[in-house]
Amino acid sequence: MNALDIKNISLSFSGLKAITNLTLSIPQEKIYGLIGPNGAGKTSLFNILSGLYSPTQGDVMMLGKSILNKHPHELPRLGLARTFQNVRLFKKLTVEQNILVALDQKKEVDLKQKLKNYFYLLFSTRHFLSDEEELLGQANLILKEFDLQEHAQTLAQDLPYGLQKKCELARAYATGAQILLLDEPAAGLNPQETAVLSVLLRKLRDHSKLTLVLIEHDMKFVMGLCDQISVLDYGVKIAEGTPSQIQKNPIVQEAYLGKARSKDV
Amino acid sequence: MSSYLLSLLSYAGINIILVASLNLINGYTGMFSLGHAGFMAVGAYTSAWITNWAMFNHPTWMLFWFPVSLLSGAITAGGVGFLVGLPSLRLKGDYLAVVTLGIGEIIRVCILNFEPLGGARGMSDIPHLSSIIWVVIFGATILYLLWRLIHSPYGRSWMSLREDEIASQAMGVSSLRYKTTAFVWGAAFAGIAGGLFAHELRYLNPGIFDFNRSFEITLMLVLGGLGNFWGAVISASALTLLKEALKPLQEITRIDFRMIIYALVLISVMIIKAKWKWKRHERT
Repeated sequence: MNALDIKNISLSFSGLKAITNLTLSIPQEKIYGLIGPNGAGKTSLFNILSGLYSPTQGDVMMLGKSILNKHPHELPRLGLARTFQNVRLFKKLTVEQNILVALDQKKEVDLKQKLKNYFYLLFSTRHFLSDEEELLGQANLILKEFDLQEHAQTLAQDLPYGLQKKCELARAYATGAQILLLDEPAAGLNPQETAVLSVLLRKLRDHSKLTLVLIEHDMKFVMGLCDQISVLDYGVKIAEGTPSQIQKNPIVQEAYLGKARSKDV
Repeated sequence: MSSYLLSLLSYAGINIILVASLNLINGYTGMFSLGHAGFMAVGAYTSAWITNWAMFNHPTWMLFWFPVSLLSGAITAGGVGFLVGLPSLRLKGDYLAVVTLGIGEIIRVCILNFEPLGGARGMSDIPHLSSIIWVVIFGATILYLLWRLIHSPYGRSWMSLREDEIASQAMGVSSLRYKTTAFVWGAAFAGIAGGLFAHELRYLNPGIFDFNRSFEITLMLVLGGLGNFWGAVISASALTLLKEALKPLQEITRIDFRMIIYALVLISVMIIKAKWKWKRHERT
């Protein structure tokens, strides 16, 4: 079963076609790259997958079930979380609290459990604290995994940019989703940070068995990291394959570099 | 202490409850509600109606009926908050501010035209059951509950909605549900403040709960700092006392200097606050 099956998706904004008849199959436990020039519809696709836009036609299946018409907040529990192109952390909360917000939503609670939670919260310090401690323990493990433990009590807005990106990734990971959509995870990072990120993402794929879908412009990073790549241009898929196949593909070269005039060749 | 001073302190305590409960909505959840007086009115009329009824039927049991009436006021106000919150909290920012302003006015006009509650004549002869002791008991309990709520998973989710609603939803926070929860808690606590207020003033009139009161509560909150727990408490008590302390000035000069000075204090505090960069410590 594929992690994500995108079937014949189209999206248009009052006449402007952002995505046209796009079909993609994203396999499980792989790192899947989406590349393409600016305005190719990559982020629009992410916004459809995460429930922010609904497509004008087509369907999206996640692990065999349609996730169309789901509210954005239902998706993490179903197994899909995302990061944003321009970092969207909870700026005035600490790094630890950022992670905790994601952890808090993991448990599905029915009304009885909810009332019990309220009772503990308001009247029983002992029960409440033991619940909190458990959550804090989980948060600490995640922070350790992402090498952020010394910044646990820092406000997210005070982190340097590279760490903010990392924190956002950690927060998406904390939701417990098996599929992570990463919108330009390496943008604005220096070469050293990019290398660390590569290692981290591979670790998430191999040890945590996550499916990672990433949009990226840093070709060296994408080609070195991804198992499979799709190239979008003007909302249409123009190529698909392994990094080496993509690199050799003449259509992709044309989309990125323009057509070579016969005279110049 | 003189009874005047005690009742002044009671009003300060009531304002603390109002501002702290509004802080949950405006400060921590990042909505902008301008209709808090409406929920206060619902609580005030509900509890006053219950104690009036109880006074007539079981006059010896008032020590029992008074807290019951306050809690009923809280539940009614919370229920009204839920009913109006569910459809209107889908709106954001300025739109929500206008809608909540309208809600406050609608509640006031409804009471104004509802004869059983006295209509425009108001409701008089409410038993004087409130006292500084009741205000302290309820005020301290409410502050404690608010503190616990804010420092809980609920509080974290509320603050995440304030910081970035889209990211918060992407992490699984149901924005409408959490916003409504915060709104209902805020409205319920405002209802208790209204009940205490009714039994302190002993007279209710829809005009008391007009836009000016909503505005006054919001103003105290903004001055104390949105999302600043103790700042809101301090500014509520300070402004209540300041307004009262300036009363003699008005009597001597026969001009309403009171509001001018009040306004000047507000403006200067805002300027000083911006300079001291207190903002950094707020909203954490």
